[in-house]
Amino acid sequence: MDLADRVLKKDKRAVARLITLIERESPEATEALKQLYKYTGNSFVIGITGPPGAGKSSLVNELAKKIRAKGKTVGIIAVDPTSPFTGGALLGDRIRMQDLTLDDGIFIRSMGSRGSLGGIAKAAYDAVKVLDAFGMDYIIIETVGVGQSEIDIVKLADTVVLVLVPGLGDDVQAIKAGIMEIADIFAVNKSDREGADRLVTEIEMMLDLSQKQFDFRPPVVKTVAVTGEGIDTLERRIREHLDYLSKNGILEQKRRAKVREEFMELLKDHITRLILQKNSPKIDMLLQDISKKAVDPYTALDILTREIL
Amino acid sequence: MEQTKKIRVLIAKPGLDGHDRGAKVIARGLRDAGMEVIYTGLRQTPEQIVEAAIQEDVDVIGLSILSGAHNVLFPRVMELLKQKGAEDILVIGGGVIPHEDIPYLKECGIAEIFTPGTSISEIVEFIKNNVKKRGEV
Amino acid sequence: MYHNKEFLKKLEEEKKRWESTTVEKVISKAPERYEKFYTGSNLEVDRLYTPLDAQENDYIKDLGFPGEYPFTRGIQPTMYRGRLWTMRQYAGFGTAEESNERYEFLLSQGQTGLSVAFDLPTQIGYDSDHPMAQGEVGKVGVAIDSLKDMEILFDGIPLDQVSTSMTINAPAAILLAMYIAVAEKQGVSPEKLSGTIQNDILKEYVARGTYIFPPEPSMRLITDIFEFCSRNVPKWNTISISGYHIREAGATAVQEVAFTLANGIAYVEAAIKAGLDVDDFAPRLSFFFNAHNDLLEEVAKFRAARRLWAKIMKERFKAKNPRSMMLRFHTQTAGSTLTAQQPDNNIVRVAIQALAAVLGGTQSLHTNSRDEALALPTEESVRIALRTQQIIAYESGVTETVDPLAGSYYVEHLTNLIEQKAMEYIQKIDELGGAPKAIEKGYIQQEIQDSAYRYQQEIESGRRIVVGVNKFQIEEEPPKNLLKVNPEVEKIQRKKLEVLRATRDNIAVKSALEELSCKAKTSENLMPSIINCVKVYATLGEISDTLRGVFGEYKPTVTF
Repeated sequence: MDLADRVLKKDKRAVARLITLIERESPEATEALKQLYKYTGNSFVIGITGPPGAGKSSLVNELAKKIRAKGKTVGIIAVDPTSPFTGGALLGDRIRMQDLTLDDGIFIRSMGSRGSLGGIAKAAYDAVKVLDAFGMDYIIIETVGVGQSEIDIVKLADTVVLVLVPGLGDDVQAIKAGIMEIADIFAVNKSDREGADRLVTEIEMMLDLSQKQFDFRPPVVKTVAVTGEGIDTLERRIREHLDYLSKNGILEQKRRAKVREEFMELLKDHITRLILQKNSPKIDMLLQDISKKAVDPYTALDILTREIL
Repeated sequence: MEQTKKIRVLIAKPGLDGHDRGAKVIARGLRDAGMEVIYTGLRQTPEQIVEAAIQEDVDVIGLSILSGAHNVLFPRVMELLKQKGAEDILVIGGGVIPHEDIPYLKECGIAEIFTPGTSISEIVEFIKNNVKKRGEV
Repeated sequence: MYHNKEFLKKLEEEKKRWESTTVEKVISKAPERYEKFYTGSNLEVDRLYTPLDAQENDYIKDLGFPGEYPFTRGIQPTMYRGRLWTMRQYAGFGTAEESNERYEFLLSQGQTGLSVAFDLPTQIGYDSDHPMAQGEVGKVGVAIDSLKDMEILFDGIPLDQVSTSMTINAPAAILLAMYIAVAEKQGVSPEKLSGTIQNDILKEYVARGTYIFPPEPSMRLITDIFEFCSRNVPKWNTISISGYHIREAGATAVQEVAFTLANGIAYVEAAIKAGLDVDDFAPRLSFFFNAHNDLLEEVAKFRAARRLWAKIMKERFKAKNPRSMMLRFHTQTAGSTLTAQQPDNNIVRVAIQALAAVLGGTQSLHTNSRDEALALPTEESVRIALRTQQIIAYESGVTETVDPLAGSYYVEHLTNLIEQKAMEYIQKIDELGGAPKAIEKGYIQQEIQDSAYRYQQEIESGRRIVVGVNKFQIEEEPPKNLLKVNPEVEKIQRKKLEVLRATRDNIAVKSALEELSCKAKTSENLMPSIINCVKVYATLGEISDTLRGVFGEYKPTVTF
């Protein structure tokens, strides 16, 4: 029985091993994904993002418990930054989800971003497919939440929850524009702290002033992850959002966009690789010329293109 | 095109022992040596450790214990790994473990016990040299 | 010390002259061993200290006299001339019977106070038959499941004559209740009892890990104990605010002082908030510090801690009773410095560390044994550890005068520096909202871990030498004849629990536990109910679980 079969037969070890092979970009992984693809498309993907210290992992822990209580299964992918200097990573999200380890209906995988600028490991996209084929009702992706990773999560998740905390020093205004706009739901965590209500108001105000036309205005939910407060509401809002997406055909749209995006990425990668394979010497020569200023990069590209096509 | 293999390590604190200075220093050291390190936190049962190791598909499990309960907890981890067919994971241990207990632990399948005074680089070397070829799962 | 400007100017010139001539002559041929020198905690150390250093000190204001504010030189005027420190070796393992034997041995060898080590299940509120207790019963201390075990533990030990320190934190109230009940059976009333419970939950969250409940209810239990003892057990030290473990987790000397005193501040604030008057409980607060390798830095550390705490109590908390401002402390030599290699070297390390504690004015002292990098100590090893203290006390001469190192230019400089840097940390923690908030945010833990990592890197780079480990290694046989804890302890305890549950009045137990549960939901002092539960032989696990039901369990903030 090969890996793909075993994943479909609900073998958790196979899932784990396949994800490793995906991270390693092994051809075996591609083979398995080919077989599993038709079984994907059934999971709802929830993205949890936000600045470090926001309590995302604790929130994911509580959310997963809530979902389990309703009898659904959850796959969790927790991404932490890989050190650009050493290539290593401390993957510390699992610690906050200890009560979930022995739950049969839960699978948790920690991933290093492994150099991905987007903050989400490249491998995460395919890991989601594996968990999807495995049969998880929900897949939660928890990201690093700094820089551009928020943009990545929009591509991957159906619902994006942005977790903020009062008093972390960033005013809503200070938070990069664009990040606030990707949120489908705002969670103000550690809301038992001072400044929580103020933060909620600031977010609401920003939404009021925003140029966007909302069919689904992002709700702002107050949570205290460590006690479980507000998680009920959060879970409900997520479901409401997913309902809204499904009923209005938006989910379909998003998924089609996702398919396109992923395929274009694959195409880009693949073609670049092929070109490099077949034209390395020519490219090296061109690069030397460019450095010597014998030719400019744009003309060089024309030259190369004419040769290839 | 295959990526260079990254070594994934689970650092675990089985039992009730709350001393995590060593475990955390090692975790950081392994990260600085280019490995992906998952730290379980305190008060892990052997069941939790093995389940986490499997889901994370780690190459190595490092067990840290200073409470003297190693003779009960370490073999239990090895037993569970065997049950789940995960014996290809390299298991090492450290903490307050008298030399005379080491032969028994090795018999159970622990590859090496690192006693106080061991350096991070020794552990990194050992892991790199002994990580088992991850065979058929 | 104050000198006039003329003198200082002349001295400065002379010092410069000395550096450019006498020193230069030697250095140009034989440079110093390192470019820069540091204390064990990475504070920079100069070649020479003179009256130019610490010259802003005012003897009367900054040093004063022992027994008087700011207590820099000691909290008693006669110190060891009046009474030696208490020699109190932490001990406990296996069953109550076995520990009782070890206590009798230590008392017979001249130990002057008891110090009880409990096993991990007991420290975390689990009975010996709890699934999480597997493999742990009796290993790091004695297993106490109920009052029955406590009675055996102190069998033959007169509680009106022996002072007992119990290293117990999350379930401290329960163990204290048991101690009081045992004493009662001996006919000793609570007012006569003297001793300490560690009862310091904040450092558990930060460095030691044996917590049960979340911070708020834990603080409530602590202040309940303060209140109960101030009225009923007045000679009891209700808390031992600990820096030992913080240091062991990797903190520097400065951080040890800073984080310990910051925790102390949090406890004082909690007690005041609970309605207690500072002078009612503060005299019974005590501290517990580490004695590490750098002898002179450690002495300076203890003096700095005393002065800083006195100032905090007087200026910040407006204490009126001088006893509220006295930092009384127990010290333990640094366990993390013990090596598994060439273990007899540890005897020497411990001697130096113990000397530091004595020169620093400790009120009581535990010295580690040579084999403790690998196991609990054998009788022979612990006897040597005890003798170490006795030799310092009776043969070294350092006890014949008070605070002998005072006035050393280097020591006074270090004392000032450590106080100043610790104060900076305390201010930072205040800004974060106090120690409990700083812990929640992971600030204190992160600082400690960074220091720990740095320490390890220094050892691996060779900058920090550990004799026998990264220098002067030998080929050696592993040590033999280490103490082995009886592996049957778990079975024995389980049997005892079976018998207990079958022979006690289970209706009384149920009702006592229910009452505790109700009271826990109010703000009433829980000590009386806990004492009730203990007396009807409810087990430690049952009482802890009752409280877990009301308080919940702590979820740690984990940092790297």
